[in-house]
Amino acid sequence: MARMKFLCDADRCIECNACVTACKNEHEVPWGINRRRVVTINDGKPGERSVTMACMHCTDAPCAAVCPVNCFYTTADAVVLHSKDLCIGCGYCFYACPFGAPQYPKVGNFGSRGKMDKCTYCSGGPEPDGSLAEFEKYGTNRLAEGKLPLCAEMCSTKSLLAGDGEIIAQIYKERVVKRGYGSGAWGWKTAYRETIAS
Amino acid sequence: MLIKRTERQARRGTLAAALPCQGEDGLDRRGFLRRSGLLAGGLAALGALPLGSMRKAKAGPPPPAGAQVTIRKNICTHCSVGCTVVAEVANGVWIGQEPGWDSPINRGSHCAKGASVRELVHGDRRLKYPMKLVNGQWTRLSWDQAIDEIGAKLLAIREKSGPDSVYWLGSAKFSNEGSYLCRKFAAFWGTNNVDHQARICHSTTVAGVANTWGYGAMTNSYNDIRNSKTIMVMGGNPAEAHPVSLQHLLEGKELNRANWISVDPRMTRTAAHATEYVRVRPGTHIPTIYGMLWHIFQNGWEDKEFIRQRVYGMDEVRKEVEKWTPDEVERVTGLPEAQVKRVAEIFAKQRPSTLIWAMGQTQFTVGTANVRASCILLLATGNVGNFGTGANIFRGHCNVQGATDLGLDIVTLPLYYGLVEGAWKHWCRVWEVDYDWMLSRFDSKQIMETSGIPSTRWFDATMLPKDQVAQKDNLKAMLVLGHGGNTITRMPQAAKGIEQLELLVVGDPHPTTWAVLGERKNDTYLLPICTQFETSGSRTASNRSLQWGEQIVKPIFESKDDYQTMYLLAKRLGLADLMFKNIKVEGDRPVPEDILREINRGGWSTGYCGQSPERLKLHMANQKDFDLVTLRAKDGPAKGDYYGLPWPCWGTPELKHPGTHTLYNTNLNVMDGGSTFRARFGVEREVKLPDGTARKDNLLAEGSYSLDSEIKDGYPEFTYGVLKKLGWDKDLTPAEKAVIERIGGNNPDTVSWAIDLSGGIQRVAMEHGCIHYGNGKARANAWNLPDPIPVHREPIYTPRPDLVAKYPTRPDAKEFRVPNTGFTVQKTAVEKGIAKQFPLILTSGRLVEYEGGGEETRSNKWLAELQQDMFIEINPADAAERGIKDGGWVFVWGPEMESGKATRMKALVTERVGKGVTWCPFHFAGWFQTVDQRGKYPQGCDPIVLGESVNTITTYGFDPVTGMQEPKATLCQVKAA
Repeated sequence: MARMKFLCDADRCIECNACVTACKNEHEVPWGINRRRVVTINDGKPGERSVTMACMHCTDAPCAAVCPVNCFYTTADAVVLHSKDLCIGCGYCFYACPFGAPQYPKVGNFGSRGKMDKCTYCSGGPEPDGSLAEFEKYGTNRLAEGKLPLCAEMCSTKSLLAGDGEIIAQIYKERVVKRGYGSGAWGWKTAYRETIAS
Repeated sequence: MLIKRTERQARRGTLAAALPCQGEDGLDRRGFLRRSGLLAGGLAALGALPLGSMRKAKAGPPPPAGAQVTIRKNICTHCSVGCTVVAEVANGVWIGQEPGWDSPINRGSHCAKGASVRELVHGDRRLKYPMKLVNGQWTRLSWDQAIDEIGAKLLAIREKSGPDSVYWLGSAKFSNEGSYLCRKFAAFWGTNNVDHQARICHSTTVAGVANTWGYGAMTNSYNDIRNSKTIMVMGGNPAEAHPVSLQHLLEGKELNRANWISVDPRMTRTAAHATEYVRVRPGTHIPTIYGMLWHIFQNGWEDKEFIRQRVYGMDEVRKEVEKWTPDEVERVTGLPEAQVKRVAEIFAKQRPSTLIWAMGQTQFTVGTANVRASCILLLATGNVGNFGTGANIFRGHCNVQGATDLGLDIVTLPLYYGLVEGAWKHWCRVWEVDYDWMLSRFDSKQIMETSGIPSTRWFDATMLPKDQVAQKDNLKAMLVLGHGGNTITRMPQAAKGIEQLELLVVGDPHPTTWAVLGERKNDTYLLPICTQFETSGSRTASNRSLQWGEQIVKPIFESKDDYQTMYLLAKRLGLADLMFKNIKVEGDRPVPEDILREINRGGWSTGYCGQSPERLKLHMANQKDFDLVTLRAKDGPAKGDYYGLPWPCWGTPELKHPGTHTLYNTNLNVMDGGSTFRARFGVEREVKLPDGTARKDNLLAEGSYSLDSEIKDGYPEFTYGVLKKLGWDKDLTPAEKAVIERIGGNNPDTVSWAIDLSGGIQRVAMEHGCIHYGNGKARANAWNLPDPIPVHREPIYTPRPDLVAKYPTRPDAKEFRVPNTGFTVQKTAVEKGIAKQFPLILTSGRLVEYEGGGEETRSNKWLAELQQDMFIEINPADAAERGIKDGGWVFVWGPEMESGKATRMKALVTERVGKGVTWCPFHFAGWFQTVDQRGKYPQGCDPIVLGESVNTITTYGFDPVTGMQEPKATLCQVKAA
């Protein structure tokens, strides 16, 4: 079975935010909720790098480990989803997640939180695939239609890759070999003590 | 959150208070803006949001059970890359966007803007019905009444002040057909006061580049950059302005291990991916180029054979370059010798090299000279007319190339025929109207053949004393169809000028800045025009490819498309029968296919003659057949064509010319898109020598010709007479001969390839492997321009007054019907010590989320959320001197603003800009000199995000060749608010 993954090729990301608005467009995500965002390091300085971040659909997902109502589940494609019917909006997952993926709508005064919302890897939730109920809670279910997440499909420079982990790893490996200067990934220098020829 | 209009009151006043002081904790630009916006919004919106955690689907997916989902293809309406937009439509509603994988241009990709275009046709901030100002109040009226009143007022103004007192400001957002129609409309009305955004983006490119080698457009394509070994981006930030182009640049860089040099005052997001970043002072492009050329000539790195065969006047350039020793270059630009030498060597030796630019070269008083210098660098190193080389000029809007080509321009009729009598006669033949009738529409023959007023000067033309405006009367009416009001410099003056207008008509999907600028009370109309997604037509991307967009949904609310609006107005003015003589009108809507056919029938000069609507639609239907790098169809019904038939696509559509992917490429047969430099400037040039004698220089190519050419040397433009001399006239068909003889009258030999309506001359020349426009040399010396060899001139408001004596701007002159007093302004600024009072350089540019004046994108909730505040980038050193904190409010003001006035925006403290330099995005409007103008917009049509316009601060200064403004190098002062 495929293991669905995201991979952001940091040498290609230009912080154009296509992934962010594609997600908004596809799922009609309201103002203030960002299932995906672009983070830039060393902004405006030599060595500036951008990386797009969303739920990484972890194998051993910390959000699921801490959830008091056990609303998370992992699909056969290894996508981490949750049930908004079970979610109590407690925010534990937000503390547990290393990527800041969980988002909460503001539902009233005094900062009270609504049910958690996050990237679904464009694969909906527990409701029947393609149903209106699923769309209203989680957005569209592209995976069920045989399509990959729109953020990656629309990425301006093909930096954000989505798909079976092995296939996207292969694509990335080919790019690295062609470039001939390491992966260009942020952290490469620290890890391998190699100089990135920018 | 700023979604609801009712929150306006809450936002005003509380915003500053709601923002906690931002620490200098190294947050990035967007992080900081987003956070501040969210915090402010969060407080302001208390209680305004519906309860409940579940989102409700509005128009979105999934489609209702049983509804048919259809797929429609159009082209993104933002930048000039030309990304295909694939729309899913159910029950007349656009329910989803899918990647357009088949397009060789974007291969499914989009940027933030392209990925959000669906919102444009759902946008609740759109203008919903026609409105007019009645004693300062926006009032609804019907289309019929609006057209009737506008028509009556136009006719009254015409009666009193003549046709030239009405200004037709068209748009780079029109389709080709809309652009052409607008230009035709102005001609039928009887004025050359017709312009569009190219004036303020690439007018100088068009003038400078066309004067160098024939046509003023991108020579190659985004895709072709994949072939480059050296990519030099000089005065452009495509990572934000043309993000999808970066796909080709980045892949090219990876595949070829290409050099990527970014030359810019800012360490832009493009520079972040460069192999070398060169930080220059704004306004020193020519010294930088000459600094490079100094090393190139010194070391003999130039392409001597290329120069000998294909370039005229390089020796005069050498003389000018000699003055730019490394010391002088460093004194003026601040660039160290070693870096200039290194960059020059890479560019000259590691070929093919391409030079990419955008408004970082064009928006200067020396804009034309700047782009000419760039062309000269390409010519000196032999980097034109081959794959991977060329001047890859990134245009700004989705159809700014097409609108320029189709003559939405004060200096020419469609397709660069100019305004001379022959041009008018050509178009009168195409339009089938009598030349004398056309002449009668104008005040005089002289004004008919005189360039109009540039859009940069419209408010000067309303306010200057009547005797200083070289036409019958001042400007009295503006028809603004798809053009922002905040993109032109000197907005405080514009705000005064707008009050002088007797009529202002704004036709746009949004009210735009025009609706709130100045204090108008009456005689102001807003017409809701739909976007290109709600109509059909072709648009020309930056690489000259034409793409046909089909209607995705019907125009929303009461909006109408450009064709229909222009038809209704033409009908009211009594011009419709003549204007639409050969164009089918369905109901009130002229059919764009017919308009394109008319363009084809007259577009010989620029090769807009071969792109019939049928051929364009075939390309859109078979995008998958086109190659990613060559753009040529390998298979399928369009086999052999280049994608979108990039102009020039010669001859009639039946000739099946494939279009021209790379201009001036002699390695290809002309029928495969090959060509030579255009012999546009004559055969010989007589040069007077100091001793009184004269020398005759050959302007034709020497020993260089395109593949399979039967003439193995340079040759002049083809006319019927030339064909006869060569004995090739016998290849013309009798029908072609008849057309030529009808056009030529008594003197058919003078009928040229450009006015031969049969296309016979083009066909026959190409059959013999020759290009009908001749085989000439490119001009390093363009003797008809004010500075035939580019000369460095300091910006009007220069931070280096010490250099003005040596490098002054050009003398005052009357240009384009109005005075250009740049010299006096510069001199006064130096004398007054303006550079001391305003010690920071101000330059402007684009953000990826917004486009142009920004009304449309700032009204798009998905984009507006990402950029909620106008800001100024300032270097940490300059900020520290002024006590400015990252994220804090600042006042910014410029040398031409009234004393005591300022703009208010946020500060982004960053090393992206060097010390002494500040930068602002130019997309904002709706605040004017600290006053929030939200209440002045028609109710419900105000953009979500408002902010100060950088052009409230920008200053005087105009390129002598095109009237281009100078927002890229001026001065300002900043203090903490």
